[in-house]
Amino acid sequence: MKIVVNYDLCESNAICMAVAPEVFEVRDDDFLYLLTEEPGEELREKMEESVRRCPKQAITIEG
Amino acid sequence: MTVVIAGASLAGLTAAETLRADGYEGAVIVVDPSTTIPADRPPLSKQVLAGEWPPEKAQHRAAARVPELALDLRLGVAATALDAATRSVTLSDGSLISADGVVLAMGAAPRRLPGDQPAGVHVLRTMEDCLALRSDLDKMPARVAVIGAGFIGAEVAATCRSRGLEVTLIEVAPLPLGRVLPGELGGFIADLHRAHGVEVILGVGVEGLDSITGTDGSQRVSGVRLTDGSFVSAEVVVVGIGVVPNTGWLEGSGLRLDNGVACDATCSAAPGIVAAGDVASWPNPLYGEVMRVEQWENAIEQGEYAAKRLLAELQGAEMPAPFASIPWFWSDQYDRKIQMAGRPSSSDEIIIPEGSIEEQRFVALFRRGDLCTGVLGVNRPRHVMQVRMKLTESLSWDSAFSVFA
Ligand SMILES: Cc1cc2nc3c(=O)[nH]c(=O)nc-3n(C[C@H](O)[C@H](O)[C@H](O)COP(=O)(O)OP(=O)(O)OC[C@H]3O[C@@H](n4cnc5c(N)ncnc54)[C@H](O)[C@@H]3O)c2cc1C
Ligand code: SF4
Repeated sequence: MKIVVNYDLCESNAICMAVAPEVFEVRDDDFLYLLTEEPGEELREKMEESVRRCPKQAITIEG
Repeated sequence: MTVVIAGASLAGLTAAETLRADGYEGAVIVVDPSTTIPADRPPLSKQVLAGEWPPEKAQHRAAARVPELALDLRLGVAATALDAATRSVTLSDGSLISADGVVLAMGAAPRRLPGDQPAGVHVLRTMEDCLALRSDLDKMPARVAVIGAGFIGAEVAATCRSRGLEVTLIEVAPLPLGRVLPGELGGFIADLHRAHGVEVILGVGVEGLDSITGTDGSQRVSGVRLTDGSFVSAEVVVVGIGVVPNTGWLEGSGLRLDNGVACDATCSAAPGIVAAGDVASWPNPLYGEVMRVEQWENAIEQGEYAAKRLLAELQGAEMPAPFASIPWFWSDQYDRKIQMAGRPSSSDEIIIPEGSIEEQRFVALFRRGDLCTGVLGVNRPRHVMQVRMKLTESLSWDSAFSVFA
């Protein structure tokens, strides 16, 4: 599973960080960083949750 | 087994997605009087109204998933009656469905000014509303009057202004956003708009609309009469004075209606009947307060929760813990990104641990005794979410404030 963020859409509101801090991190510079682009399968449910909750529809899961 | 979902928008489609994700294989009938799947609403006061996005881009992600979810989607059909005791649902096409579970997700409808609605007067809730308003803005009216400085009104004023139009924002309360924000911050919003050249009129009510008669005999708005005797000349008027939950059809259903569908702490209105989104009111255990939340993320969170709660009931499984949430929303005005989490009241104390109002970039915490009731950030998204994550555990002031230690 690969996580792709469309940074043109993302506005760093950190909703995804609240859902999965092990994958998404909004840092002091107010940009979103992916801590891993290929999270393990055990995180699939959380990744789907992040996709659903992202207000900008900026996250997609590939594979 | 059959579940009926009333409302095919954010809360309703999220509930449908969740039912399927959690393995429910029975029928899911989704009804909505809208003839298309409703657009995602936030862009309607922002990118679509600004003309930056084509309407298609405001389609919500869940809409694309409808085919794979195997829903019995009935668009152009409203639910018109419910018998809560038997869960029989009557639809506007005359059909009667006997349901095992019902999800009420009908959202809310904008309030209008009383009296005639001449051309040029708009409300904003649906894509249709948005495109009608946008086409009036395309004609470059000499002035747009926005009545009501809640979030929708404030965003519409900002978007019209960034389209280069002259704008007057009229609010009967002494400050904008008085319903949701402690005073000083309402002052910040007023100043933000004034700094961008919006004329902001506060503490004055609307007496009525004036209109002129066109050559074809039709009426067109010409301005707004205010209670202090003054007149705002405007060719376009946008009314943003709040919304009313869509519960009219539930009169006589046996459900309790009180500022929306009154639910218990698990979003249940009666056995086998749950509600979610703008239409649902429930006692939030984190606040010990009955609330109804008109915000995007709540519609998703509550839609998910309500579906899980309903499924547990239908399957005789263990009920989930009460729906305890820290509501969160965002609002984009000019280049400022405002985010708020929690539920402050207008009398809470404001503490600014980061940035300053003058910089237009800050975090404000709301304090009531030992509690932190919420947080607002302007161009400070990370802090808002960090505080929110603390509040989800407890409203303790010390714990929320520790984010800034
Ligand atoms: C212009 C605009 C901008 C917004 N911007 C933001 C923002 O920036 N941030 C934020 O957090 N929130 C924002 N919101 C709020 C957010 O969009 C709503 O909270 C959200 O849409 C609520 O979803 P819902 O599914 O509960 O209700 P709705 O989206 O209102 O959907 C309810 C659906 O139920 C249908 N329905 C009504 N009656 C019946 C019936 N009798 N039977 C069957 N179906 C029925 C309706 O047709 C509608 O499609 C905005 C709202 C608007 C209007
Ligand atoms: S939830 Fe979406 S918009 Fe927010 S930080 Fe994550 S990817 Fe960006």
